[in-house]
Amino acid sequence: MQAHTRDITSSTRPIARAQFGYDQARHLLLRAGFGGSPDDVRTLLDLGPEGAVDHLLNFEDIPDDDADADARTRFKADIMAPLSREARQAYQRARAAQDEDAVAAFRARRQQTQRADRAQIADMQRWWLSRMMTTPRPLQEKLTLFWHGHFATGYRTIENSYHMLMQNQLFRAHAAGSFQTLLRAITRDPAMLAYLDNHRSHKRAPNENLARELMELFSLGVGAYTEQDIKEGARALTGHTFEGNNFQFRSDWHDGGTKRILGKRGAFDGDGFVRAILDHPACAPYLVRKLYRFFVADIPDDVRTAPPAVRSVLSTLASTLRRKRYDIKPMLRQLLLSEHFYVPNNMSAQIKSPAQLVVGTVRALKTPARDLRALVDAMGLMGQTLFMPPSVAGWEGGRSWINTSTLFIRQNTTNYLLTGKKPSGFRGKRDRSEYDPTHLVAPLALVEPGADRNPDRVCEHMLRVVLGPSPTGERWIETERYEMIRSFMRGNGDRVTRDMLVGMLVLIGAFPEHQLC
Amino acid sequence: MDLHNSKAYTRRAFIQHGVMLASAAVTVPSFLHGAATALAQAPSGLSSIPGTDEGRILVVIQLGGGNDGLNTVVPFGDGAYYNARRQIAVGERDVLRLGKGLAVGLHPQMGALKSLYDDGMLGIVQGVGYPNPNRSHFKSMDIWQTAETSGVGDGWLGRYFDNECGGEPLPNAGVAVGREAPLALQGRINKPIAFENADLFRWTGEDLHPSLKAPYNATARRGMVDGVPAGSNAGFLMRTALDAQLASDEIRKAVAMTPLAEYPRSRLGRDLAMIASMIRAGLKTRIYYAALGGFDTHAGQGGAQGRHANLLNQYADAIKAFYDDLKAQDNESRVLTMTFSEFGRRVAQNGSGGTDHGAAAPMFLAGPMARPGVIGKHPSLTDLDSGDLKYKIDFRSVYAAILKDWLGGDADAALGRHWRAAKILA
Repeated sequence: MQAHTRDITSSTRPIARAQFGYDQARHLLLRAGFGGSPDDVRTLLDLGPEGAVDHLLNFEDIPDDDADADARTRFKADIMAPLSREARQAYQRARAAQDEDAVAAFRARRQQTQRADRAQIADMQRWWLSRMMTTPRPLQEKLTLFWHGHFATGYRTIENSYHMLMQNQLFRAHAAGSFQTLLRAITRDPAMLAYLDNHRSHKRAPNENLARELMELFSLGVGAYTEQDIKEGARALTGHTFEGNNFQFRSDWHDGGTKRILGKRGAFDGDGFVRAILDHPACAPYLVRKLYRFFVADIPDDVRTAPPAVRSVLSTLASTLRRKRYDIKPMLRQLLLSEHFYVPNNMSAQIKSPAQLVVGTVRALKTPARDLRALVDAMGLMGQTLFMPPSVAGWEGGRSWINTSTLFIRQNTTNYLLTGKKPSGFRGKRDRSEYDPTHLVAPLALVEPGADRNPDRVCEHMLRVVLGPSPTGERWIETERYEMIRSFMRGNGDRVTRDMLVGMLVLIGAFPEHQLC
Repeated sequence: MDLHNSKAYTRRAFIQHGVMLASAAVTVPSFLHGAATALAQAPSGLSSIPGTDEGRILVVIQLGGGNDGLNTVVPFGDGAYYNARRQIAVGERDVLRLGKGLAVGLHPQMGALKSLYDDGMLGIVQGVGYPNPNRSHFKSMDIWQTAETSGVGDGWLGRYFDNECGGEPLPNAGVAVGREAPLALQGRINKPIAFENADLFRWTGEDLHPSLKAPYNATARRGMVDGVPAGSNAGFLMRTALDAQLASDEIRKAVAMTPLAEYPRSRLGRDLAMIASMIRAGLKTRIYYAALGGFDTHAGQGGAQGRHANLLNQYADAIKAFYDDLKAQDNESRVLTMTFSEFGRRVAQNGSGGTDHGAAAPMFLAGPMARPGVIGKHPSLTDLDSGDLKYKIDFRSVYAAILKDWLGGDADAALGRHWRAAKILA
C-alpha cells in the first residue's frame, strides 16, 4: 500500500541530478513528448535534468526544415475557394429563374469540391499523425496537440481543410511561444472565425459565440466574467472576418463605440479585448490548470478541492507565467524540471490519449508505423479524430477515453502495431513487415554480458521499459504480472527469441497498466 | 518461443491462473454492481435505470445518406409529385395504399412494412424536419444526433443516460451495431458499446497464438490487483478491463443464438438479428442502434424498381423479421423502433435520374406501442422552401415523446429545452 503514503511534494525546485534516473528521464520523454526507446531515454538521462528539459523545450534549435515544405507541396490551398462574383451571380439567377438543371449543376459541383476537401482533410490527419511519430521535436508536436484541444475547432463545421491546416501551423509556430500572441492570432484565424460564427458578426447584430468562448474556454473560465462582458466583447470583435484564406478586418462592420469589458472602459477593438483578458487575474491560473492537466495529472474543476501541494504548485506556475508576460516556455521549464513533476504519484498515472497510445507505441517500441489509414481510423474509434474534436471544449481527456469498447480497440490496435495483423473490421491494410523488438533488451548486455538472454532479467526489464514503475510501487519482480509473463515464457521453452519478445509485448499491451503513461 | 507449438503452457497456466481467478471473485465488477443497485430500486427487475418503465427498449435505425421520403411514403394523390418526377415517380397503381381517404401510400417494395402497418404496429410521421435545414450530410446528421441546430455537443440519448445515471456510467446501456459509435449515444459520462461484429468486441491477441489466451484471460478477469488504490487510474482501468471482458462474454454468447425468425440476408437483417438476440438474452441495454447506408441517390435512383427500391426493400424486410423474432420471444411490446434519415430529398428530380439533398421527410415508429397510422399532414408539394418541402413537425417533438412517454425520462433536460411531445405512442 505504498502508493497511499507516497509524498506529493509541492516543491517547484529543480530535481537534483542524482534523483534523475532512468524512470525520471522516461517520464519526462513520455509527457513532454510521446515516449522513446531505451536508447532515447538514456540519451536524455545523460544530459541530466536541465540539459534534458532544455533539449526538449528549445526545439527550435533542432533542425526540421522539410516539415513545412512538405505541407506546402502536399496540400492545396484553394479547394474551397469561394465562387467568383460572376459564378455567384449566375447561381442566383438560376435560382430566381427556377432553372432546376442549372441549380443542380451548381450543387453537383459543390458536392464534388466537398468530396475533394474531405479527401484532403483525411490526408492531413495522416500527415500530422506521421509527423508526431517521426518529428525530432516531440514537444513541439505535443504542444500543437495541446493547443488543438484548447482552441478546439472542428472540420465538420467549417468544411475547409486548408483553414484547419493554417490553424495547425499557427499552433506549431507558437507552440511554446507567447500565449498573448496566440490569443491575438486566434481572433484572426479563419478556421476559428468560421467555427464560432464571428466571420459574419456585424455591429448591427454582433455574434457572441467567439467572445463567450474566448473567455469561458480559452482564457478565464466560467465565473470570471459576466454576460455583459460577453455582449461588449462581441462588439469589440465585430469586423473580424476573412476573405479566402486571409484575415480581413471590415472596419465598416466594426463597432468602434465605447465598451465596458472586465471592469475597463474604452473603445476596445479585438486586440483591446484580448489585452483586457490577459490583464485579468484569472487568466494565468486558468491556462496553467489546463497545461497541468495535459502534462501532469487530472485535477478537479474546482481547484480548491485539489491537494494543497498541487494548489501551491499551480500558483507558483501561474505567477511565473504572469511575470514572464505569458511566455509559455519559462513556466513549462519550471514545471518539467520541478521535483513535483517527478513524484511517484505523478508517474505512470495518466491515461494515455489515443494519440499518446498510438504514437507512443511506435516511438517507444520502434514498431513499424503500419498503415496510417488504419491508425487514424482506430484513433477515431477510440474517440480522438484529429481536426475533429467533439466540441469547442475539446477532448475531455482522462478517464473519458476509457470504456468497455475503447479498451478492446486500444489493445487490438497495439497488437496491430506489433504484428501487422489487422483485426478484421479495422479499415486499412495488414502489413507484412516484421517487427524486431530485440533492440529493447540489447542495453541489458552492455551492463552484464548475456543478460539479454536471461529470461528473468529480460522479463523484469521489459515490464519496466514498457510500463514504467508498477502501480503498487513494488519492484516488478515481486508482482503477479511478472509471474504471469514468466510462466508464459516457461510454457514456451523459456528462451529469449524475437517471437517470444513479441508475445510478451502483446501480453503487456493488454495489461490495464499499458493505458497509463 | 515457437509461435506454432506451445501446448505445454496451457495446463500449467490453467492450474496457476485458476488460483488467481478464485481471488478475483471478491472484486464485484461495477457491471454487476450497477445491476444490483437497479434491482433494489425497480422491483420489476428489468430496469437498469431507476424510474424507467418495465424494461422498455428503444431501437434506432438510421438511414444514412438522406432517404428520399417522397418515394418512400408516396403522395400519389398529388399531380405535382408526378410533374416534378417524370422518370422516377412511383405510379399510382403501384403504391401500397394506407387506407381510405389517404392520398399517400408506401413504396411497392415495402410490402413487409405494410404488413406491420396493417397489424397496427407502424406509425408514419409526415413532414419531419427542423428550421433552416442544413443540406450537408455531416452537419445535418450531427443536428439530428445532438438535437441541437448547431450540431455540436453531446448526443441526445447520451444526455438522457447522463441525466438518469446518477453520476456513474451505466454499463451496456447503449449498444450500437456498427463500426462507429453514433454521436447520438455519446454522453459525457455514458459512452456506447459499438461493434460491427460481436466477434470484434473482444481481445484479438489470442488469435496470434493459443498460448496467449490463458494469461490474457487471467489478467482481464483479475480485476483489481491487491495494493492498487481503488480510486487511482490504474484501479479504474483494472475494473473497466473486467467489465469489458464480462460484457464481451455476455454479448458474444447472446448473438451466437439462432434467431427465432428468418431474416433477409442483408446487412441490416444481420444487425437487427443480433439486436433481437441481445434483447432475448436479457441484456440490461436500454437503447440499440443500427444503420443502413446508401440513400444518397443523386443519380439513377429508379422508381418502383431500382437502387432506391432495393434499399427500401432491405429495410422493410429486416424490420418485419425483427418484429417476428420479438413476437416469438414475447418481447415485442417492450420494443419501440424509430427510423430516421438526416434529410429527405428535393421535390424535383435532377438531370441524372436522381434527387439532390433536400429537407423534411417522414419518420417511422414501429412496435405494438407505436400509435398506428399516418400522423400529421403531408407537406405541400408546391409551397416549397427553395425547392424543398417545408417541415410540419420538428424532430425534437418526436424525441421528446420518446424520452418522456416511452423511456420515462426527463425530456427537457435531455433536449436542453422544452419541446411539446408529439403524439406518437398508442
